Amino acid sequence: MITFDGVTKRYGDGTVAVDHLQLEMATGEITVLVGPSGCGKTTSLRMINRMIDASEGQILLDGVDVRTIDPPTLRRGIGYVIQQAGLFPHRTIVDNIATVPFLLGWNRKKARDRAMELLERVGLRPEMASRYPFQLSGGQQQRVGVARALAADPPVLLMDEPFSAVDPVVRTSLQEELLRLQSELNKTIVFVTHDIDEAITLGDRVAVLRVGGKLAQYAEPATLLSDPADDFVREFLGQDRGIRRLSFIDDSGLRLRSDLTVPVADEVTAVAATAAAVESPWLAVVDEENRPIGWVAAADLPAAGTLRDVRLLSHGTFVRGKDSLRTALDAALLSPSGCAIAVDGDGRVAGVATRESLDEAMALAASATFDPKDAADG
Amino acid sequence: MDDQPLIRWDWIGRNWDTGRAGSIMSLLVDHVIMASLAIVLGLVIALPMGIACVRWRWLYQPTSGVMNVIYALPSLPVFMFLLPVTGLERATVIIPLGVYAVAVLVPAVVDGITAVPDHVRQSAVAMGFNPLRRLLQIELALAVPVVLAGLRVVAVSSISLVSVGALIGQGGLGNLFTDAFKRDFLTPAIVGIVLIIAMALIADGLLIFLQRVLTPWAKARRST
Repeated sequence: MITFDGVTKRYGDGTVAVDHLQLEMATGEITVLVGPSGCGKTTSLRMINRMIDASEGQILLDGVDVRTIDPPTLRRGIGYVIQQAGLFPHRTIVDNIATVPFLLGWNRKKARDRAMELLERVGLRPEMASRYPFQLSGGQQQRVGVARALAADPPVLLMDEPFSAVDPVVRTSLQEELLRLQSELNKTIVFVTHDIDEAITLGDRVAVLRVGGKLAQYAEPATLLSDPADDFVREFLGQDRGIRRLSFIDDSGLRLRSDLTVPVADEVTAVAATAAAVESPWLAVVDEENRPIGWVAAADLPAAGTLRDVRLLSHGTFVRGKDSLRTALDAALLSPSGCAIAVDGDGRVAGVATRESLDEAMALAASATFDPKDAADG
Repeated sequence: MDDQPLIRWDWIGRNWDTGRAGSIMSLLVDHVIMASLAIVLGLVIALPMGIACVRWRWLYQPTSGVMNVIYALPSLPVFMFLLPVTGLERATVIIPLGVYAVAVLVPAVVDGITAVPDHVRQSAVAMGFNPLRRLLQIELALAVPVVLAGLRVVAVSSISLVSVGALIGQGGLGNLFTDAFKRDFLTPAIVGIVLIIAMALIADGLLIFLQRVLTPWAKARRST
């Protein structure tokens, strides 16, 4: 656990970067510090490994005041990932990753073996090992940056806007990668970003800081979205809070109908009969392996032939038991029927979420949003 | 005199390596020793000075001012000025040339170190490098290409400037020029020029080779 106890950073000219910060960052969780520039988020991060020393208050690492530890020793025990990766241009990738093990005096073989293991762990091919940083793309460099931070297996990882210099597609894959790694490693991660979406995607808990280094709110992402503490947080969270909050609600409240699918081999007359029997103007068409291929409208069926002769309309799917209500709603909006097709892990149809069942689930989500008890529990 | 050939090969043959002082070979060795010592002296002094100028930024402005003035001093009067102190020794030539080298290398060291990207320096701090290790393993290591570029300039100019020392009797191959001048005999001068140019090319080539070997990682910087 990392504890900020009344931490203030005041510079010589009187500017206050961090103002009486009181925070507890739980072991094994990702805590995100987010806020506009000048909110002291990076300063707060750097006070943990003493790249900056606090003016007042103390920072405790599992109960030990960091100021009682010699800075280089402290830092070798804390992983650090910097923006633009900060790789050493004159060292090969494997030696970059092995930086801290070398500093700790491991023998070269052991350090390099460990580095190779991590190279693989962050999803890079072994032949990258002997290359130099300039031969790698920005995204690959950032992966190496993460591997380097993990090399000596530190319990704590500090990440300072690590993904902000790469393009959005790469950023998303790096974020997914980080969450995958974290599910295996359970590090105590402090992650700084100015991007609230990144904060909400990655954080187990998010601390929103305002300019002048004051804590505006410290809560789980879902609580942040449903219950912003004040106008500043509300504004910082931006548009679509309600929709975004659906990302944190699972699909268990969503009733599925199993009678709305028809095989693609069916005669149109049989399909028309099915539509009448289930009282639905729309039916989801599946292939021989029960995978969805599109929607068909009962009103548009031709007089004869099978469904293979009919032009099917677009559809959207979500994975039952894994995706959120937001994905389900998105899937529904991608179909002219307004219904979402639920699939299992193998892509086979598990059922159909109709507009009625989506409506029920939304109502449930909305009532949870305004339940003060739920908000208080965080 | 007029019907003499431009180069008298027989003279070269007779004077190439007589085993005595004043033979072409011994002048060449002399020349190499003086130029090398001047370069090494310059580097040894410039490194700590450059590092100090990076550490205490306010030092750099006055230092580079003084260095520029020194670099502007003509070498001959400096040799003369040193003569009473050091006498007719190699040091009289090596010291001023070493100081010229310092004047070129201090800015190279400063530029090389300050060109290290901030995120690289920050990450070295964050990884737990102590200041000395960071200086040696990161900052100086990354300054190598810039310092080597400065060394190439210094090497060529030192090799050429040693010959001025001939005017006080310590000029290595430069003695061939005074010899040629006194005797109105062209061959020694041509031999001196050719050998000095060859030496400069070899020194430059060696430094380029050294750069390739020491800094394979700097390829990106070279190609862009």
